[in-house]
Amino acid sequence: MTDTTAPRPRRKAFSVRTMPGFSSIAIVCFLALYAPIVVIVVYSFNSGNSIALWEGLSLKWYATAWQNDAVQEATIRSVIIAAFASVISTVVATMAALGTTHGGDFRGRTVIYLLINQPLMVPEIVTAVALLIFFSMIRIATGYSGLAYLIAAHAAFCVPFAYLPIRARLEGMDTMLELAAADLYATPWRAFRRVTLPLMAPGIVAGAMLAFVISLDDVIITEFVKAAGQDTLPTYMLGQLRRAITPEVNAISTILLAITVILLTLFFILTRKRSPKA
Amino acid sequence: MEFLPARVDTNRIQPASRKTPVPVAAIETRQISKTFGSGDREVRALDHVSLEIRENEFFTLLGPSGCGKTTLLRLIAGFEAPTSGQLLLYGDDISNEPPYRRSVNTVFQSYALFPHLTVAQNIAFGLEMLGKPKAEISRTVDEMLAMVRMEAMAHRKTSEISGGQQQRVALARALAPHPKVLLLDEPLSALDLKLRKEMQRELKRLQIETGITFVFVTHDQEEALTMSDRIAVMSAGKPLQIGTPREIYDRPANRFVASFIGESNFLSATITAATGDVARVRIGGGIDMEAALPAEAPRSGKVTVAIRPEQVRLVEADAADALPATVTDTVYFGTDTHTHLLLDSGETVVARFQSTLAHSEERANGTRVGVQFWEGSVQVLRETA
Repeated sequence: MTDTTAPRPRRKAFSVRTMPGFSSIAIVCFLALYAPIVVIVVYSFNSGNSIALWEGLSLKWYATAWQNDAVQEATIRSVIIAAFASVISTVVATMAALGTTHGGDFRGRTVIYLLINQPLMVPEIVTAVALLIFFSMIRIATGYSGLAYLIAAHAAFCVPFAYLPIRARLEGMDTMLELAAADLYATPWRAFRRVTLPLMAPGIVAGAMLAFVISLDDVIITEFVKAAGQDTLPTYMLGQLRRAITPEVNAISTILLAITVILLTLFFILTRKRSPKA
Repeated sequence: MEFLPARVDTNRIQPASRKTPVPVAAIETRQISKTFGSGDREVRALDHVSLEIRENEFFTLLGPSGCGKTTLLRLIAGFEAPTSGQLLLYGDDISNEPPYRRSVNTVFQSYALFPHLTVAQNIAFGLEMLGKPKAEISRTVDEMLAMVRMEAMAHRKTSEISGGQQQRVALARALAPHPKVLLLDEPLSALDLKLRKEMQRELKRLQIETGITFVFVTHDQEEALTMSDRIAVMSAGKPLQIGTPREIYDRPANRFVASFIGESNFLSATITAATGDVARVRIGGGIDMEAALPAEAPRSGKVTVAIRPEQVRLVEADAADALPATVTDTVYFGTDTHTHLLLDSGETVVARFQSTLAHSEERANGTRVGVQFWEGSVQVLRETA
């Protein structure tokens, strides 16, 4: 504890906040991060055709986007893929988190951690190329070319994102609670159902939401794996940018941004409340 | 063995009403050993422990950390399986039963209350797992809340109540299914001194009220002495002495027990005669006294005797039947004063005197005195000198 009333002069504790230029650098960084996003959001309400010239306030481009069949299709496809991918990856991640935190100390646990988190470290483009080749082999062998490839690919790279919050939640959990449940006549399954699962639920929901958001805005892997006519919202937008840039893209971006911000806010609310110490 | 909730229910009434001529121990351990790790890193936490815990008894496992007391408790709870030996609950071998099939509940050191449930839901948990009817559960929960005086807190989350209240909820939760044996793992260690004293009396009251056998683990000798019917003093995975608080304090069988519980003076002595459990000893080469002689102690030759500091009496230096000594130090403790003495034989003795304003036993350093011990205070230890 520092005693600020102490008479003898004391050097102030070191703090980056007192360094010269700290606040100006911070402002520049935040501007660089958020100014372009602000511009996109503002120009999505532009009534003109240009994405650079402001002509007046309007919801015209939102209406255009809404009525665009291609946008509608891509949105539905994105949501379907994200929904399946987040559910699959969350189930896998939940089991992985239970195994790595409640499975006792086993040999090779570090290797398991690395394997689970591999998608975070391997360059996405490598995974994308690998999946493209692998899936085309299956495609030739089976003749199937549906959405399952995209769902499988998304589920795979979403696992670490779902895993991290679930594991954090489980590690913060008092292992005595499961012993207490067993002591109070709960069979292992009932102890899991009545104690472990409710306590890890916020982590599971947070993991699922994070996986959903990650799946929703993936471009690289989707671009490589998708078959013709399987555009998701982000790859559709990428395709649009190659032709004519209209504020319609701004409007779609703004909606995606809004969805992401809402989900991430929920994520932080869910993970902020640490399990109270028993 | 098939476990049915109904079986627990019928058996739980049995022990209290059963009037068998030969009482069955609530818990019996037969040559129980527990080792952790293997090879070079093998640690023997329990070493062939055989003891009996009687029905309706407040039994305390007392010892320093690492003595195996918590391991023994975890074994009884079923959180660990014994490496060898047998564990019996009212005569049934439960050595390999999982914890959820034992009519034994635990009050954890950290309480381990379920943070996602309310106080009432925590207390109801065990009863629900046993499949009790709803009406019975709510009645029992109400009884338990009243018993630990937590009625007003029934619908609070466990994170919203104080440490002392959490402690009482943990107790109520463990008592609600009316187990045959209640295990308490240092449950008072997280409480402050005043609350701890209060809970000590509370625990004793609950034990008498419920008639449940309590097995209490602690490293606090005072806690053990004030609450227990019997105490097992443990060291290095073995119970060294089992007895009532008085037996343990007044008649410690060996040096560890004598020094772990209270303080003791250890002096060398020679047994000159021994009959039954009484020996005639010559202490410090100067005085002859009668001493208590425990079983398994040597019955002749050189031994060590233990004498509590409060049993030391100071007389004139030249008094007969006294060991001549010099005062080396005096330490004031508030309620009492310790006088450190150096016997002419070279051994040291500490004498404790209750502080009274009217009368002081304080002597200046260097004062020559004679040391005597009150009749019946000398205890021969099992170890030879």
